[in-house]
Amino acid sequence: MIQQKSKKGAVAALIACTALLAVIVLLENVSVFLPASSVPNLLKPTSQLFAVLKKGAVYSLAAVSMNLLNGFTGLFSLGQAGFMLLGAYTYAILSVPVADREAVYYLYGGSAVNFSFQDMFGSIFGTQGVGGAVSMGLGVVVAMILAGCVAAVFAYLIGLPVLRLKSDYLAIATLGFAEIIKAVFQWQALGPVTNGANMIKSFPTFSSFNITDASGTVILRLSTFFPFLVSMICIAMICLLINSTYGRAFKAIREDETAAEAMGINLAKHKMLSFCTSAFFAGVSGAMFAMFVTNAHAKVYTTTMTYEILLIVVIGGIGSISGSVMATFLYVACSEWWLRFLDSEVVLSNGMKLPFLRAGFRMVVFSVVIMIVVLFFRRGIMGDKELPDLFKKRIRKEGAK
Amino acid sequence: MSANILKVENATMQFGGVVAVDNLNLEVNEGEIVALIGPNGAGKTTAFNMITGVYQPTNGAVWFQEKKIVENHPQGKMEKLYKGEHAGDYTHVLAPTPDHITKLGMARTFQNIRLWKSQSVFENVLIAMHCRTHTNFLAASLRLNRKEEQDQWERVAKLLDTVGLYDVKDELATSLPYGKQRRLEIARALATEPKLLLLDEPAAGMNPQETNELTAFIGRIRKDFGLTVFLIEHHMDLVMDISDRIYVLDFGKLIAQGTPEEIQNNKRVIDAYLGVAEDA
Repeated sequence: MIQQKSKKGAVAALIACTALLAVIVLLENVSVFLPASSVPNLLKPTSQLFAVLKKGAVYSLAAVSMNLLNGFTGLFSLGQAGFMLLGAYTYAILSVPVADREAVYYLYGGSAVNFSFQDMFGSIFGTQGVGGAVSMGLGVVVAMILAGCVAAVFAYLIGLPVLRLKSDYLAIATLGFAEIIKAVFQWQALGPVTNGANMIKSFPTFSSFNITDASGTVILRLSTFFPFLVSMICIAMICLLINSTYGRAFKAIREDETAAEAMGINLAKHKMLSFCTSAFFAGVSGAMFAMFVTNAHAKVYTTTMTYEILLIVVIGGIGSISGSVMATFLYVACSEWWLRFLDSEVVLSNGMKLPFLRAGFRMVVFSVVIMIVVLFFRRGIMGDKELPDLFKKRIRKEGAK
Repeated sequence: MSANILKVENATMQFGGVVAVDNLNLEVNEGEIVALIGPNGAGKTTAFNMITGVYQPTNGAVWFQEKKIVENHPQGKMEKLYKGEHAGDYTHVLAPTPDHITKLGMARTFQNIRLWKSQSVFENVLIAMHCRTHTNFLAASLRLNRKEEQDQWERVAKLLDTVGLYDVKDELATSLPYGKQRRLEIARALATEPKLLLLDEPAAGMNPQETNELTAFIGRIRKDFGLTVFLIEHHMDLVMDISDRIYVLDFGKLIAQGTPEEIQNNKRVIDAYLGVAEDA
């Protein structure tokens, strides 16, 4: 008798994820538990390491959601930044405490939306101490889910006309959508809601999740833990989806649309499902991106951002979730941390400057790397394999010996 | 006589000024094996595409199990261009997508094999069962459908066993030899639980031995699955061997119909298609 995939794999993945989360919490809290003098620079809260980890968590969700669409359903869409913007603004608008709205929307004499989830839950659980923490956490989570939903609803509306297009045309249409959304959100007339071309800020961010005592000293840092947790849950859901019967139908559409349709797979419905799901998770990652940069600002969500995520997907391997995640951390670490030195001038002892090293050179190196990847490693780090596949193959080989 | 399961009624397919299929009328009765033959470019595959919803006929209707599933009449520019007959007989437009027709119980294979290339043999059949799942998107993603899924896996295993592909179930679909790929395509079509199976040149590119195996195979699955089979084929041995009735198309027009014997002795068919054996 044939059996579905054993539960062993799922349990192993769960253990690995829990272990990773535990390591993150430990790393983050070294600076809390040890005296300041004995903490290495790397583990100080201001270290680049944590910035990279946070941004990596946010971007990995964005990359995986893009991979769901581009890699698994074969729909080449470039609307990712647009959906992230929708998520970021939805989250921001619904999360700025009512008390701060006057200050944030000062150009428009206050916000048209005089409501925030944090305040709503605050009136139930209280605003101080544990109750305050609970209402903040709940407010954030509910606002994030709504951020995803708003992005998904927009995806549905756009998908109705746009999903009839194929390949490049779809890419251009979605790219156009992202640009339009960006312009609309900067429109002065929408100022009371979106704050026009100004940023929305003072909503809860990642550092709001650090637990402090009464005097304001941090007793437990969770600011890196939170984005990791959210991303892991979301990516796990995408994994489950991809391995479900609907995920298999998506792959069939990617490989041969005509055959898929002839085998009873409704193309319009399944493409729409994939498009909306991808947009939902892009929206959630957009909300997290807003938390990471501590503001929501439409002009940040450029086409360049979409390309950045597309690049990550390509480097990781189109059609591989673990590839996308690994590529994200690699990319973010390089661009934010390891290759930073390329941007700063180095003066040698004899007064000579090293050639090339100046602001912007990092991007030149990046472009070269991209070209090399596209030319010689077209399948990316993982191809369409997943991390566990690599182990499986080794076991099979050993068994054969 | 048993009821007809498929009826094509006055169907005409016109592309611009070219009439690919001209006023086609045919019937397939339940339990039969019916063949559609004709020279290259006669419009056989176009006829299949009209029946399965890939194309919408310019004029005419298709009935499946006594229900009209496709109907169309010339519209727009085609109104002036239309060269076929029965213009004005049809007034409604009924144009379901291919997936809708498959769900009604009509599955097909393709002339050029169209398997899902990077999927295994097992997955190819499993995906085809998707159209019969009842679980919704969210429940499937959250694995609330374990029972249905398990049931599907067992059915796929059984089906692969019946068609003799169980031992290669984990291979990539494209790594199979040609004959087995054809067989897999049929298995995949069977997974959608059809009542009528449309085979588009199932023996194309096969050697005589493979063709013989296929002939036996088609006969067997018809019995095992209670199928009606409608096929396009150029291998006359196979066609004459298994068909109950044959339709002959030439230049889009039906030139003959009847039992294999009648067709073999039909003057028009011999002239247009079969030809005379050289040693005769």
